[in-house]
Amino acid sequence: MKEIAERALNAAQLQGATYADIRIVHQQTQSILVKNGHVEGLSHDENQGFGVRVIVNGAWGFASSSLLSLDEAARVAAQAAQIARASSLAKARDVYLGPSEVHVARYETPVQVDPFSIPLEEKIALLLAADEEMRRAKGIAVTESNMAFLRENKVFASSEGSYIEQILIESGAGIEATAVGANEMQTRSFPNSFGRQQKKAGYEFIRELNLVENGQRIAEEAVALLSAPQCPSGITTVILDSTQLALQIHESCGHPSELDRVFGEEASYAGTSFLTLDKLGSFRYGSPIVNIYADATIPSALGTFGYDDEGVPAQRSPIVKEGIFVGYLTSRETAAMLGQRSNGTMRADGWNRIPLIRMTNINLEPGTWELEDLLADTEDGIYMAVNKSWSIDDKRLNFQFGTQLAYEIKKGKLGQMLKNATYTGITPEFWRSCDAICNEKYWQIWGLPNCGKGEPAQVAHVAHGAAPARFRHVRVGIV
Amino acid sequence: MLGPERMKRIAQRVLAYSIAEQTEVLLFSEETYLTRFANSHIHQNVAERNVRVHVRAVLGKKVGVASGNDFSEFALDRVTEKAVEIALLQPENPDFHSLPSPKPIPAVNAFVQATAEFTPEQRAKAVAAICQLSKENGLVASGAFTTASSEIAVSNSLGVFAYAPSTVADLTTVIMSDDSSGYAGATSLDVREINAEQIGREAVDKALRSRNPHAIEPGEYTVILEEYAVAEMLSYLSYLGFSALAVQEGRSFMANKFGQRITGYNISIWDDGLDGSGLPMPFDFEGVPKQRVDLIADGVAKAVVYDSYTANKEGKESTGHALPAPNPYGPLPGHLFMKAGTDSKAQMLASVEQGLWVTRFHYVNPVHPLKTILTGMTRNGTFWIEHGEIKGATKNLRFTQNILEALSNVRMISAETKLRSGFYGGVRVPALCIERFSFTGVTEF
Repeated sequence: MKEIAERALNAAQLQGATYADIRIVHQQTQSILVKNGHVEGLSHDENQGFGVRVIVNGAWGFASSSLLSLDEAARVAAQAAQIARASSLAKARDVYLGPSEVHVARYETPVQVDPFSIPLEEKIALLLAADEEMRRAKGIAVTESNMAFLRENKVFASSEGSYIEQILIESGAGIEATAVGANEMQTRSFPNSFGRQQKKAGYEFIRELNLVENGQRIAEEAVALLSAPQCPSGITTVILDSTQLALQIHESCGHPSELDRVFGEEASYAGTSFLTLDKLGSFRYGSPIVNIYADATIPSALGTFGYDDEGVPAQRSPIVKEGIFVGYLTSRETAAMLGQRSNGTMRADGWNRIPLIRMTNINLEPGTWELEDLLADTEDGIYMAVNKSWSIDDKRLNFQFGTQLAYEIKKGKLGQMLKNATYTGITPEFWRSCDAICNEKYWQIWGLPNCGKGEPAQVAHVAHGAAPARFRHVRVGIV
Repeated sequence: MLGPERMKRIAQRVLAYSIAEQTEVLLFSEETYLTRFANSHIHQNVAERNVRVHVRAVLGKKVGVASGNDFSEFALDRVTEKAVEIALLQPENPDFHSLPSPKPIPAVNAFVQATAEFTPEQRAKAVAAICQLSKENGLVASGAFTTASSEIAVSNSLGVFAYAPSTVADLTTVIMSDDSSGYAGATSLDVREINAEQIGREAVDKALRSRNPHAIEPGEYTVILEEYAVAEMLSYLSYLGFSALAVQEGRSFMANKFGQRITGYNISIWDDGLDGSGLPMPFDFEGVPKQRVDLIADGVAKAVVYDSYTANKEGKESTGHALPAPNPYGPLPGHLFMKAGTDSKAQMLASVEQGLWVTRFHYVNPVHPLKTILTGMTRNGTFWIEHGEIKGATKNLRFTQNILEALSNVRMISAETKLRSGFYGGVRVPALCIERFSFTGVTEF
């Protein structure tokens, strides 16, 4: 790997690059899908290649190839330089990366049990057992259970002298049951939506999930939802569970705090951001109890790593402090534009993609409430759990979410189950209406393995930690 | 480009090496280039060369899939062994019958040399033209220009061998001022049909006309949806219900509705992978030739698409709509068409007493799949129409709308259609004028 890296970096510099880096990536994935009692999908994938990023004439160029050879390294580096020269035909200013980042290091996800060492039979047996439990529920139409494992070996080298090796390991699993009635369909999943809960962890995490133990309950909830009353429409108090809150944080805090969006670099696709530069340090994003931070160092969280794909160390940095917006997610280039150093969020979803600013683990700090006390303190409202649908505008202001499960709250107690619950709002109004957050006992971190951004499309693995929280005057029941 | 002979040799090696009862080899090769611009300059410019091999091994009713992106002989042997090993380890799937048998593959010409040979400099010049137009009008340009060439080959041990090269070019732009934006884009097999200046002018015009937007109340309005918005809506509708698997599982709006009217009589939607006015592809990822499938004809639910797995379950023939294995989503239509009407967009506009002109949607997602309720925002050019004229820009709105209901309220359809990139191929659609389209929220811009 070192030889390929050196060849590419040398070739890039010979072609006039003032900066070059290379990422050589090998990804191994295993996925298993059990559906309706049968193994529907069982696959193994290996994907390798390298991408060379260069600055020539003050402009970026990037080229990549799946062929790992010295000659190809030189060809791709030269191609990246040619592309950069073409980019410089339409540049506004020279790229400036700020101070050098030089690190020679090795990082490996700490795991107890290598997920690839577990026999497939054991994994299949667990999924089949969970599937069987779900199918105990009368009236269930479709059941699915799945596992996914990833091992990513990455080498990053730069013309500044960095050489970083990382081995990142992920394990995830989940179950889902769908009930179908007359013009009605309801799905429940466990422990989260988006297919599964996923972490930077080994197989020990799968064993802790208790998929089998929760199978029948989940399926019965899906069936019960078919005949549950529709979520009413109106303005009310909402308590969100931590899985739904995770997506709320993702869409309405994580994305708008990405500094490349603020600078308009995602304008044509993912959109820009309402968190414009004038708001830094003074904008009231939420109520004084709202504290949100990025932290790529949390053990086993999906957005955890050693170094980002610019070779910047993983770190923790505040985004919202006591309700005030205080910080962006940055790259070397965008941080330099603010006179800052990168807080290490540049990541690419493979060797063939250029790094972009991506969320790491964006978390809402826990508050002080016991969930029982929070419910008791709520006269009238709706408790919503586990995301079903999501949509937000291109500046991340107007959002609408639907949840799989909801219960009415009456006189401080959970009442009947409600189906098709939705809520909508405008980001800062919503976060300013947050008046209670549960304590750390209820705080959980949820992996989102499907965060999309960029052209060509890239999928990032990120995570969000939250405890249930209460929001006042929320519009619900939009269908 | 590897070419058909080299791809055939690679496939034959895998088939010869495999000890499975049936084996399928799916090969991809692609070269993709993308120039991305923002703030009226190029900020990302990338190239990718990649190959993929997927091996599906079948032992009785046990199926395993392994894949990789290394075409060396050692790696091909390893991926084949892995597919067999995976198949052996799993329980039988009684619903699996067989890989498909060979059928004649129709000829389709989807490869344009000019697209394959397009250079970064040519892309940069096109981008520079859009940026220049923006600057001349005091606006800021962003967007992306993609040119790509690819080859797909499918071979199996029952005698299937299908090979198809193709190209695609796609240019989109968003032009912005501090309080407005405009969008335009074009997709084609042939990059010479992408007129950057024309695209730039369309988006600049929208950005200029959408300044000083006013908020309007949520509610039901007559809308003119441009082709960009219609394509997005149709792609989601297709994803929700035009698959045989979704019907078999009871989660499709088409289930129990065949032969019944589900939209207005003026709506016809079909899938045709062989139509050269789309992004054609002569076969699916199992090597089955594509058939035209009329999904909704004159408002009546007619059919859905099949792959070999879902077809076998019903004793039918695959329509050639398989995705790469393993595939939990089932078959999908990738070459959608909606029947054009007879009107122009100007005639539609003249007919609207009060309503909204919508350029495109943003972040569309299903709220209730079975009822085809989608939500999303308008974006990059939303205008208020009064007495048949555009009277000014509006702030963006959120729609939450039953799509089949919307397609039952279409009162005018444009004669011209536009090709857009879809989930797995192309979508060619007209613009629509729809009554009582439901908006449930507004935003601040």
